[in-house]
Amino acid sequence: MLIIKNLHAKVDSKDILRGINLTINPGEVHAIMGPNGSGKSTLANVLAGRDNYTVTAGEIIYLGKDLLTMAAEERAREGIFLAFQYPVEIPGVSNINLLKAALNAIRKHRGESDLDAMDFLKMVKGKMKLMQIDQSFISRAVNEGFSGGEKKRNEVLQMSILEPKLAILDETDSGLDIDALKVVSAGVNANRTPERSMLVVTHYQRLLDYIVPDFVHVLAHGRIVKSGGKELALELEAKGYGWIEKEVKAQAAA
Amino acid sequence: MSVTAVFNAREHYLGVFREQSAKLAGANLPWLKLARDQAIEQFAGLGFPTTKHENWKYTSLASLAGRGLQLSMPVDAHTDGVALGHCRTAIANLKLDTDAHMLVFINGHFSAKLSAFKSLPSSVVLADITSVLKTNPEKLERYFGAAQYATGVGALNGALFADGYVLIVPERIEVEAAIHVLFLQTAGDTIANVKNFIVAESGSRARVVEHFAALGDFAYFNNVSTEISTARGARIEHLKLQQESAGASHIADIRASQAQASEFASYSFALGGLLSRNDIATYFDGEHANCVMNGLYLTQGKQVVDHHTRVDHAKPRCVSREFYKGILDGTSRAVFNGKVIVHQDAQQTDASQSNRNLLLSENAEVDTKPELEIYADDVKCAHGATVGQLDMNQLFYLRSRGIDAAAARTLLIFAFAEDLVSGLTYLPLRQRMERILMSRLPDADLLKEFL
Repeated sequence: MLIIKNLHAKVDSKDILRGINLTINPGEVHAIMGPNGSGKSTLANVLAGRDNYTVTAGEIIYLGKDLLTMAAEERAREGIFLAFQYPVEIPGVSNINLLKAALNAIRKHRGESDLDAMDFLKMVKGKMKLMQIDQSFISRAVNEGFSGGEKKRNEVLQMSILEPKLAILDETDSGLDIDALKVVSAGVNANRTPERSMLVVTHYQRLLDYIVPDFVHVLAHGRIVKSGGKELALELEAKGYGWIEKEVKAQAAA
Repeated sequence: MSVTAVFNAREHYLGVFREQSAKLAGANLPWLKLARDQAIEQFAGLGFPTTKHENWKYTSLASLAGRGLQLSMPVDAHTDGVALGHCRTAIANLKLDTDAHMLVFINGHFSAKLSAFKSLPSSVVLADITSVLKTNPEKLERYFGAAQYATGVGALNGALFADGYVLIVPERIEVEAAIHVLFLQTAGDTIANVKNFIVAESGSRARVVEHFAALGDFAYFNNVSTEISTARGARIEHLKLQQESAGASHIADIRASQAQASEFASYSFALGGLLSRNDIATYFDGEHANCVMNGLYLTQGKQVVDHHTRVDHAKPRCVSREFYKGILDGTSRAVFNGKVIVHQDAQQTDASQSNRNLLLSENAEVDTKPELEIYADDVKCAHGATVGQLDMNQLFYLRSRGIDAAAARTLLIFAFAEDLVSGLTYLPLRQRMERILMSRLPDADLLKEFL
């Protein structure tokens, strides 16, 4: 699905990623953990194609294609979805119209016809129910005046409607209380399939109690310094990020 | 040099007044003759404002002051059938609503032939000012007291107005259908001085659309005055759609005076003209009154659009909400100056004001100045202004959902304007504005999905 080789990236001329190597196979859920400033969100945004992130070395192969030559919208149409850490408010654009335009852009790319308006509405309403989102939300402007929890639920709703091949969740747990976290996680889990891969970026282990990953990677100073199974997250929680820093230093000295 | 130009314009219009004033509406009424004489005297003293005047700092009238325009003439229905035919076609396109009363003014003169009234309660006065000055002059006399004009342009209007509309809604009457007043220009190098009155007696309601357009790219000058008074509990909605020709100058003075618990809603959509200026003001003369003052300007090329607004909170417990937005392209310029004055006794005033601008070109310019003057101590006031480009985060968000960059950009521009247009409760105008927006946007066909 996704092969990242020796990825280096800059944000505003500052080196953030310094050699990421990561392979994600279909159906796998990978968690990326790490302290603030380690480059977690940068990795998520580079994958989605944000403009002000410059890749200076390395490559990303997505479904056998060179991802870095694709514009952000092309990546989305090819099945990459980024759930934003800070979902953006867009006054004047309603949720339903955004969803319809996004889904039709993706369907058109796949050579499929537009969805029938009634079928589409029915499908959206069903998924909203699952995410415990009020029906009035349909005609409201995208994320405008939404609470933090509502914004994150909206991201997961979009994911469930756009049905990506690779979903990247950028700190989807930040700013959520425990009840909201459960709803959002249940929404994410409902979207796990044997084909769909996920990259879950988080600072805290707590999210991984609900979205259980197949692999956990620890990011520090722009590199993956440790990888393991889901138990690595628990070890990190117990020992703190300082433990990783020490290990990395010890390795460097050896 | 500019002194010479101003001087010439002054002489020119004094000459026009000497020759034409006896033929203007209501010339037989002594009180009106006096009012016109006083106005031309003030014009002689004031002349056209220059950029040295604080209120005209960013908008130069040099091109108007340097030209000798003639008074605009009506199209003669008996002799000019071709022109009349063109007007009919244009009117059919500009019409907003088949249920509305439609008053049509050609070159600033009322045309009964092109207008269409729906049924109205007999007590309501809805007519051209020329007719009202003939049949019921007493209804208007009180509005022609000793006027103190702030500018020579206003004084010129007071001296030379040829026509305009009058709406008087008696107590507790609601005019259900909208009143669509269309001002259509068929020629250039002329000045049309238009004087309008809206009088809403207590508990009455009405909605008026003032609409300006032209048959071609003429360089004319529309000089408009609209005076609005809302008595206790009355509600007036004044919606203005300015689609003047690319060479036109448009200056309008809209003044409301609001009694207790009355409501005034003003929308100004400034889309056309080479130079347009709106002074929109309301004065709260009773408690618990409220006003909404909203506007949207779309500019391109070398257009200059200027809005000066003023809300006088002279009485306690009134509410004002003001929201202006602009989208600028080319080398166009916009000016926004919004003044909110909270007088000493106006406790528990609730006022907010905001002006947001979107620049699509590096060469476009905005001069925005929200002003708050507060002389009371128990008030809630907010104001703010922004000038910026499209938000990169919003663009990326849309693109990350599969929407291509051009469509995302067009959508965000549309959404910026729609945010304001969607506040219109008068659906025919809202739909017209959305259509106009679509026609002004690049790649508007990309928006199909969103509408």
